[in-house]
Amino acid sequence: MTGALLEAEGLDKCFDGVKALADFSCAVQERKILGLIGPNGAGKTTLFNVLTGFIPSDGGKATFKGTNLLRLPPYRIARAGVARTFQNLRLIRRLSMLDNVLLAFQNQPGERLRNVFFRPRASTRQEAENRQAALALLEDVELAAKANDPAEALSYGQQKLLSLVCCLATGAELLLLDEPVAGIAPEMREKILSVIRSLPGKGKSVVVIEHDLDAVMQVCDRVIFMDAGAKVSEGTSQEVRNDPKVIEAYLD
Amino acid sequence: MEYLLHILILICIYVILSASLNLLAGYAGLLSIAHAAFYGVGAYVVAVMALNWHTPWWVNVVCAVVLSGLLGALVGVPSLRIRDDYFVIATFAFQVIAFSVLNNWVSLTGGPMGLPGIPHPVILGWQVSTHLEFLLLVGFFCALTLWVCHRIVRSPFGRVLKAVREDEVFAQAAGKNVAAHKMLVFVIGAGMAAVAGAMYAHYISFIDPTSFTVMESIFILSIVIIGGAGSLWGPVLGTVVLVTLPELLRFVGLPSSVAANVRQMLYGGLLVAFMMWRPQGFLGQYSFEKGSGRE
Repeated sequence: MTGALLEAEGLDKCFDGVKALADFSCAVQERKILGLIGPNGAGKTTLFNVLTGFIPSDGGKATFKGTNLLRLPPYRIARAGVARTFQNLRLIRRLSMLDNVLLAFQNQPGERLRNVFFRPRASTRQEAENRQAALALLEDVELAAKANDPAEALSYGQQKLLSLVCCLATGAELLLLDEPVAGIAPEMREKILSVIRSLPGKGKSVVVIEHDLDAVMQVCDRVIFMDAGAKVSEGTSQEVRNDPKVIEAYLD
Repeated sequence: MEYLLHILILICIYVILSASLNLLAGYAGLLSIAHAAFYGVGAYVVAVMALNWHTPWWVNVVCAVVLSGLLGALVGVPSLRIRDDYFVIATFAFQVIAFSVLNNWVSLTGGPMGLPGIPHPVILGWQVSTHLEFLLLVGFFCALTLWVCHRIVRSPFGRVLKAVREDEVFAQAAGKNVAAHKMLVFVIGAGMAAVAGAMYAHYISFIDPTSFTVMESIFILSIVIIGGAGSLWGPVLGTVVLVTLPELLRFVGLPSSVAANVRQMLYGGLLVAFMMWRPQGFLGQYSFEKGSGRE
């Protein structure tokens, strides 16, 4: 496929003889939302971990805008423009929401120690701008009122929303969202889904792992059904939903 | 009066040590017990240079800081690759090695006999010799250390340190070079400890390896924990309490042989009490329990 933002080819990953990824290939098109579904242990999260450098792959290729992602450390992949959220919700719980979002900004002069001491003006000016930008992002999702509360004071759903905002704040073009609406109340679910739906309009491309099939059908342009580390079916959400292999797997 | 000044000078030296260890342990979550080793390196570099080569004071101090920082980088390469308990053990190993080098390299360090007769520093023609003059000098470096720490922890750099302490995986996913941040703060901490060592060597004018043992490292760490890890003023309060408390024992009238033991018991008891009832210390917000984000 040409013009894909991310191309993965023949990815392999084995854990103690169990194939988590078996010759897995996929492509993510620009400004599209790709859904990733499949039973537990199908290798969905492993795929994210491999793409973001947290787990080394055993083989295959993954390129993002021509850059080889494999073998880069996670922080370089994030800087290159591939950001992610985590299934088991990662935030800096004891820091404020604002600090969490601020941490996600890239290229902060104040994160370089020599700027802190030798170019303090540039650092503080950028910090003030970043604060405004972070507040604006929180404003967009109606979390700004609690910006200075520690992240752990939020409800679970709000924390999931915050982690999505952090992911967005990295400025990455490709967002990998691991179960963004699992286990949260219907109202917050709608809110998060509407944020995800709005992402292509902001120039973002998205891959979503989700067990909530209804949510996947709502937001995704294309869907891949995975099982035992391999791609079983790919197509529009309707096509995948009607694929006998998928129906069989979900009826089991 | 001199006694009071002596206590104040000691407090300043320990504030430099504990504030710098707080950068590592309190902010970045790097629970190092090698701080006394870097403190010793600073003291010995200054003493050896002043005694053997009579180089100017500021040259000695700069050399002490640079050498200690380089040593910090060298120790950091292997030990910062590992985390939590393993990191503690790696720094402990370095602390033991440093002590035995100081204790056995007799031709350079004088071994267990130490280095006596370290001259008073002369700074731009100002001979620092009275207690008050030493207090001014050490107080200046103490204030400088606190200012540097303040700048670091209030900056975005400091925010990354806190993120590293709380959840390295999140920090990496947010595009932060965790390894580089740890290394940098470890080197800075080592350099600051060397400043304290340089002050101590000139002030006491005699150094031997027993001042730089693992017990000393643990004492500095106790100051950080009791004062409040991860708060700027915690180490200052912790130092005041832990340095003056044993001095108060003098006035109780205990014989000196008993007082030394009581002092050790006091530290131990305090540490246990704080761990049980106030793990975050007097002023800290964070205890050393593992953040929920860690695996």
